[in-house]
Amino acid sequence: MVRACLDALRKLDPRALIRNPVIFVVEVTSLLSSAVLVHDFSRGYRGLIPFEFQVVVWLWFTVIFANFAEAMAEGRGKAQADTLRRTRTETQAKKLAEDGQLQKVPATSLRRGDTVLCEAGDIIPGDGEIVEGVAAVNEAAITGESAPVIREAGGDRSAVTGGTLVISDSIKVQISANPGETFLDRMIALVEGAQRRKTPNEIALTILLVGLTIVFLLAVATLPSFARYAGAGTTVPMLVALFVCLIPTTIGGLLSAIGIAGMDRLVQHNVLAMSGRAVEAAGDVDTLLLDKTGTITLGNRMASEFIPVGGVALELLAETAHLASLADETPEGRSVVTLAKRQFGLRAPQTGQEQPKFVAFSAHTRMSGVDLGSRNIRKGAAEQVIEFARQLGGAVPPELAPITDAIAREGGTPLVVADGPRIVGVIHLKDVVKEGIRERFARLRAMGLRTVMITGDNPLTAQAIARESGVDDFVAEATPETKLKLIRQEQAKGRMVAMIGDGTNDAPALAQADVGIAMNAGTQAAREAGNMVDLDSNPTKVMEVVEIGKQLLMTRGALTTFSIANDIAKYFAIIPAMFMAAYPELSALNVMGLATPESAILSAVIFNALIIVLLIPLSLRGVEYRPVGAARILARNLLVYGLGGIVVPFIGIKLIDLVVAGLGWA
Amino acid sequence: MFWNALAQVGLFSVVLLPVTVVLGRYLARVFSGERTALDPVLRPVERLIYQVSGIDPRSEMTWAEYAVAMLLFQLVGMVFLYLLERVQAFLPLNPQRMAAVPADLAFNTAASFVTNTDWQAYAGETTMSYLTQMAGLTYQNFVSAATGIGVAMAIIRGFVRRSAKTVGNFWYDLVRATLWVELPLSLVLALVLLWQGVPQNLDPYVHATTLEGAHQSIAEGPVASQEAIKYVGTNGGGFFNANSAHPYENPTPLTNLLELLAFVAVSAGLTYTFGLMAGDTRQGWTLFGAMAFIFLVGAAGAIAAEQHGNPLLARLGIDQRASALQCGGNMEGKEVRFGIVQSALFAALTTDVACGGVNAAHDSLMPLGGLVALLNMQLGEVVFGGAGAGIVGMLVMAVLSVFVAGLMVGRTPEYLGKKIESREMKLAMLYVLVFPAVVLLLAAVAGSTASGLASLSNPGPHGFSQFLYAFTSGAANNGSAFGGLNANTPFYNLLIGLDMLVGRYLMIIPALALGGSLGAKRALAPSAGTFPTTGLLFAALLVGVILIVAGLTFFPALSLGPIVEHLALMAGKTFK
Repeated sequence: MVRACLDALRKLDPRALIRNPVIFVVEVTSLLSSAVLVHDFSRGYRGLIPFEFQVVVWLWFTVIFANFAEAMAEGRGKAQADTLRRTRTETQAKKLAEDGQLQKVPATSLRRGDTVLCEAGDIIPGDGEIVEGVAAVNEAAITGESAPVIREAGGDRSAVTGGTLVISDSIKVQISANPGETFLDRMIALVEGAQRRKTPNEIALTILLVGLTIVFLLAVATLPSFARYAGAGTTVPMLVALFVCLIPTTIGGLLSAIGIAGMDRLVQHNVLAMSGRAVEAAGDVDTLLLDKTGTITLGNRMASEFIPVGGVALELLAETAHLASLADETPEGRSVVTLAKRQFGLRAPQTGQEQPKFVAFSAHTRMSGVDLGSRNIRKGAAEQVIEFARQLGGAVPPELAPITDAIAREGGTPLVVADGPRIVGVIHLKDVVKEGIRERFARLRAMGLRTVMITGDNPLTAQAIARESGVDDFVAEATPETKLKLIRQEQAKGRMVAMIGDGTNDAPALAQADVGIAMNAGTQAAREAGNMVDLDSNPTKVMEVVEIGKQLLMTRGALTTFSIANDIAKYFAIIPAMFMAAYPELSALNVMGLATPESAILSAVIFNALIIVLLIPLSLRGVEYRPVGAARILARNLLVYGLGGIVVPFIGIKLIDLVVAGLGWA
Repeated sequence: MFWNALAQVGLFSVVLLPVTVVLGRYLARVFSGERTALDPVLRPVERLIYQVSGIDPRSEMTWAEYAVAMLLFQLVGMVFLYLLERVQAFLPLNPQRMAAVPADLAFNTAASFVTNTDWQAYAGETTMSYLTQMAGLTYQNFVSAATGIGVAMAIIRGFVRRSAKTVGNFWYDLVRATLWVELPLSLVLALVLLWQGVPQNLDPYVHATTLEGAHQSIAEGPVASQEAIKYVGTNGGGFFNANSAHPYENPTPLTNLLELLAFVAVSAGLTYTFGLMAGDTRQGWTLFGAMAFIFLVGAAGAIAAEQHGNPLLARLGIDQRASALQCGGNMEGKEVRFGIVQSALFAALTTDVACGGVNAAHDSLMPLGGLVALLNMQLGEVVFGGAGAGIVGMLVMAVLSVFVAGLMVGRTPEYLGKKIESREMKLAMLYVLVFPAVVLLLAAVAGSTASGLASLSNPGPHGFSQFLYAFTSGAANNGSAFGGLNANTPFYNLLIGLDMLVGRYLMIIPALALGGSLGAKRALAPSAGTFPTTGLLFAALLVGVILIVAGLTFFPALSLGPIVEHLALMAGKTFK
């Protein structure tokens, strides 16, 4: 709070203030009125001084309040930034020279392409890609989550972030960002709002505000001529008061605070937007591409049922399947073991004397299993296992095909189990749809977003899961390239697409999407390609991101509308006050019954300054978003901020006038 | 009286709806080159024009090329008109031996007619030769309006096209607007007017001796033809000084109704055309609805103010009540054959539509009646508006409304699926700024210079309204005069001339650029989260934004003019 107050004064520097044209204009006119005040004082126009002095004071308060709003918004991020900055500056790096020698250097001297060694207990000195090794890394500095994550060379979990802590093992990291450009640096700049550039919509809105300011400048600057014709006098503080009340100071003063607060809200959700543009785009998104696995369904398929064929006993099937899966370290394989254990208490492998020979799963054979002496046990895709059994001279039980078909239709995957030539049964592998996902999709639909599921499954399976999860559309048998193609197609149809990705092969699609959210656990390539990073690596968070984007835009629109609607009351306060002397009939326009012309003008100026402070909480919190469709949101907000914007100042100015007149200020 | 007024306004409104649809459809066909019933007659003429002038009507122009072609065409037309006025004394068809028009007046008149304003600082029957009237003024009545319609088509194309570089061909639009739209409409209207008693000849004025033995010179000429295009093209420049209050311009209540319809027809029709071209007629109806609402409220206000009469006269015991024998109300400056309703309706609509033809003296309207006329123009020519200019102004206001309120649905603003970004905002704000800038600045100059104040015929707020009205009318390309202001002085001729040129071209150019800029964009598909730009809510928002923008800009000035005049009048105070 104290820091915000000091910052508010520091921001009075016109060189900084010119970034905010509306408030800059207020400062210039405040200076002008201050000069007039000094002039009037030196000339000894005693009668004018009390009124003019108070107007000038409140004009300055208008500028300071606007600065204060921005400082408040920035203040929230500053503390966080300080902590982050400390990790950055104190790090020492163990740089690997070309000849393999280790050198201790400060982290700030590392350049892109350098390789460093990080051992247990070291802070990783910069962003990079693991080139060798595997390690448990504590990323609490970035994510706030203290449970360590595994990072390893190759694959989709190879990126590490500067400032995070290696807990076990050691890794070699190739640095991928120069100092000042690292993730941490970007994050510091972001939470501080230091290098905040205006977003496209902010620029457009600023143009509108500047345009309105010019309109009111014209309306006020031509007034002395009209007033002279009417035989009325105007003074500079009076004209400035009218001008400052009319120009959109409320939204002008709060605009950057709204933007900073929006970014800050994302950070609180552990999402980093690389630019404000991305946050705006998030509000616009109307199509959402979601990977099935991990987003809609729990990561993996689980064995849910054993179905014997050819008169085999259920327990025998379970036992055979259990044997076939013992060496299968895939989640599916483990789930078979778990199911067998749960249903029949199968535990120790009953291998007998023979040494088991495990056959690993390969994409080519699409089977895995075990050879126990003469027994060749296999489980795998129906086609391949049937082929395997046939080659050994086995027959296919007639009930097999209907069973596998039925499982596939329901969205499951049938794994056929064979003991040599004999096909003993089917394992039903099932995708488990995440709890509550249906409600989430319903909410997205209400927000106007269409969800598209992407999966490598066959269309039948995909359709079953789509039905169960309530997703709007799906693309089956997708390859990594499908995503990019799909995004381009959707965009050509005029849609704004968001997608979530983590792997290197997601990078092109992340870059092509209007909003690309990369998982922090993903690869460096994916993180570079996306325009947002989710530090929690939680794919369903896209909903919060979209809502925050919408909130940000709504808050801007609501306060702009409110600001403009306020002007009506201010006219009714100031115009009769200005010309009452020349045309006493104009007192009919003094509908608020303000006490004196001076108190009317002063009250309008005070209202105009105070409303900025009163709206700071709203601009930091954001206007509440409800997924009820655009027409209803518009009607509601027009009512609250449009009509409210017309009515509130009539009441506010009247109340202030009562106080001002009561205290005898004017 | 209420039911009488409702019936008269209702009749007009009911007839306007089918006119909007039929004409809107026709316009869409004409400008997309589809077949129309008039093609057998007009196609050969069109082809001939292109052949003679070496135009390839199929070569499309960018917005900038379109603007340059339009400006060059207008510049040549303005120079030609100026020269014609200056040398009319040496040219034929001048039976009354009119002298050369003075330089300042000739400039003002030339600017006035090329900008589709038709502000007249002169009296037609004592200044212009028949040749000037026909080859100069009537010619511009056609092409200035055709230019406006063409520009509107170009801008509409920009709004509805996707990822396009071009907005159409200016010459094609110009020729089509003239041949297919204005010629047939004004031909029909001229014939009806002739039937109703409007003269059409090239004879010298008739000299008559009145019953009192006084000598009177009765002006006539090719009135019907000019009268027709005066309205079809929303020009409003009368053949006679009294404009449509003159019995030779507007002899009967029937011609009054037809003239009202004629000047609003194209502007109303273009809203429907826009809807058709945007692929959703509701888009057009929403704009139409916003226009109609503002028009009806204004007209109702003006009718009520005029019917209420003048409290100062009431105090003298003068009967201003409506009865079987009189329509009552404030009849100063009004024609008995039109009465209160047709006069107030005309005053409201002519200022809405940027037509400027008048059938009553606006100077004599009650302060609130005058306020309606003044405010209608200050809305920026968006309530139906001048031929073409109206829909353009309304589209700019729609862009503005979408921008301000569109954010409130939580998306960056878009109109017809096109994102409104900083370039569009710059252009829209430029368009919005030009009008108040030129009106207020010039009025401030007039209000603080001796030459500005010397032309006023009334002191106090009414005098203020006189010059505020003049600059408003000029910049809005309306052309109606409040009256009472001696506008034919070098000061006003130059300033209002400038006023009209700025109010026309400095607004058209950003609007064209806006069309071009939107045309180049891809369109986003609508979804449940899309800001709805059709329906009551958006129409209400549009009305609100239009009223607030104009109201906030002009409220201080209006409060020193008609508003305080009204309040003073109610208090029984007059200004001497």
